[in-house]
Amino acid sequence: MKTNNSRENILSKIKQNQPEWVCLPTFDGLKTVFKDDIEKFKTTLAGIGGQVIEIAKLEEIAEYVQTHFSAPLRVVSTLPQLAAVAETNWLADDPHSLASVELAIIKAHFGVAENGALWTTEVLLGQRVTPFICQNLAVVLSKNDIVATMHHAYERIGTADYDFGTFIAGPSKTADIEQSLVLGAHGSRTMTVFLWGHK
Amino acid sequence: MTQILPHSAAADVFNKDEARVNWHDETLWFVRQKRDKAAFQIPEWEALRETASQIKNNALSNLHDYLLEFEANAKKNGIIVHWAADAKEHNEIVLKIIRPPISDGDVNSKLPHRGRGGLVKSKSMLTEECNLNDYLAENGVEVIDSDLGERIIQLNHEPPSHIVMPCIHLKKEEISDIFHEHLGTEKGNADPQYLTETARQHLRETFLTRTVALTGVNFAIAETGEFVVCTNEGNADMGVHLADVHIACMGFEKVIPKREHLGVFLRLLARSATGQPITTYSSHFKKPRAGQEMHLVIVDNGRSTQLGRPDFRNSLKCIRCAACLNTCPVYRRSGGHSYHSAVSGPIGSILAPNLDMTKNADLPFASTLCGSCSNVCPVKIDIHQQLYKWRQVLMQAGHAPVGKTLGMQAMNFTLSSPTVFGNAGKVGRWVLKNTPFVVNNPLNLWYKQREMPEPPQESFREWYKKRTSPLAPEGG
Repeated sequence: MKTNNSRENILSKIKQNQPEWVCLPTFDGLKTVFKDDIEKFKTTLAGIGGQVIEIAKLEEIAEYVQTHFSAPLRVVSTLPQLAAVAETNWLADDPHSLASVELAIIKAHFGVAENGALWTTEVLLGQRVTPFICQNLAVVLSKNDIVATMHHAYERIGTADYDFGTFIAGPSKTADIEQSLVLGAHGSRTMTVFLWGHK
Repeated sequence: MTQILPHSAAADVFNKDEARVNWHDETLWFVRQKRDKAAFQIPEWEALRETASQIKNNALSNLHDYLLEFEANAKKNGIIVHWAADAKEHNEIVLKIIRPPISDGDVNSKLPHRGRGGLVKSKSMLTEECNLNDYLAENGVEVIDSDLGERIIQLNHEPPSHIVMPCIHLKKEEISDIFHEHLGTEKGNADPQYLTETARQHLRETFLTRTVALTGVNFAIAETGEFVVCTNEGNADMGVHLADVHIACMGFEKVIPKREHLGVFLRLLARSATGQPITTYSSHFKKPRAGQEMHLVIVDNGRSTQLGRPDFRNSLKCIRCAACLNTCPVYRRSGGHSYHSAVSGPIGSILAPNLDMTKNADLPFASTLCGSCSNVCPVKIDIHQQLYKWRQVLMQAGHAPVGKTLGMQAMNFTLSSPTVFGNAGKVGRWVLKNTPFVVNNPLNLWYKQREMPEPPQESFREWYKKRTSPLAPEGG
């Protein structure tokens, strides 16, 4: 097969042409330390168009949903505790059917202080398309789950075997038209983080 | 096809509208300033650049094994891996995935002609390099670019002028006209919010109806067989998570050894590109979605040749952030299209001659060699030094523009003989003084946008011979 030939040809040419081996660097001195990771996370997320709402208990999310996303607006969640205000039985549906979702409430594994990003994987998303196709995205995050930098983030992810994972940092955005920032390109128009817990 | 102008001639055309050039210049400088602001907030920024550079050096030095490791892990994850020697093979592979030949497989395959509804594509400079859109169009497959900037230029039938901001050369009034013509927006309404919202509605329909989605790849991880795609708009994810087939295309240099190395690159990429702390979405694709097919096309297209050029192989470390474009005084004042290459600006000018020396011989000369590109590069590519070295290679290989060759020959003749040099100076001073029109004309590039100085009465040598210093040796 032609394709196989290409594979062998490319690999043998690379082997012949690649430079002499040099070693990998260490990450010494790369990890910034912030005075307060939670504060840094909050200000960074606000700076990229996200919204942080601090909550002491999950019931407050239900109140928020009832105030801002009352019926007929469609709300879905992967949190069984929110079944009173959100659909929770959509996980096996055709992903296209999520096009009508106004608000999706999901969880993240942790947040990153330096850039306001949240790490979440398929098991927490319900469906891969969930955080992208919804008009508005809300993510529940415990205050204990904030790391300082991306190096800490990958330390924490380690060798985790996810099928799909993504860092989400704020609402979708574009500045393609004359560098004017517009929130709500193709993904969610807004992003709210319910920051949960005492501290 | 229109004739391709060399960079300097195309820049002349771009420079005719001075107000527009100034606007272009300022817009890109604004992005460079945002990059600075983001970089200065990271005390370890320089250490990060050095680390990224060393990771990429290691990756290039062990590329063969990393690619094998990546391929094996990707296959284990359920990803179908293809290899393409050049642009042509890449395009053929993509078409074959979209429209499998009937004879090739099961006639009753449940997914024949799955490209009938067309292809939705997020940004991939590789597919620009391979001219995939044209090839698919010729074969009856409709392609819709889903990145806002790419969609705008696609509607306007032109290539991207910038690798991160594809339509940075267009003013919002022009985009308003394009949208009015193709998407039926209000005539004269150039509000970016309004135009973006229109594109959102228009492309949402596309995302919901296409069954094949194509993306680029920012990083491929040998250790895990996963690949990472970064966007701000969410268009790549919207496309692939709704499609039955995901095709990802990557140049083989995108492979990095370990997952933890993403920490370094994701800290650098968006800060260098737009001054953001990270792109909105950094998606890690490890396995296909249940019921979905995931294909990965690994492309050479000249890269293995570049890898064999010790002076130029470092160009393969590029992570496509475009910081070198935004900072380049020549790019900012000549526009991306004058580079007539998919990747424009300083990095494009060191990549393009590898692909075609004859066609791209002008590009390494489109630089002042000021070095700003190398200073901002997040992976420390010695861009300006490579530009300089390409000039030597191109001149020696006989690819120099005729005017430049004649000029160099005349200069060589003049500087090789003290007598000729002395006489040439005399002639030059006489001409400048008595017949300035001989040199002050459009044929002389040194006169472009400047006035020549008053010619001196005598040369330094003439003065030195005549001088009467008490310290001068007799007869000096």
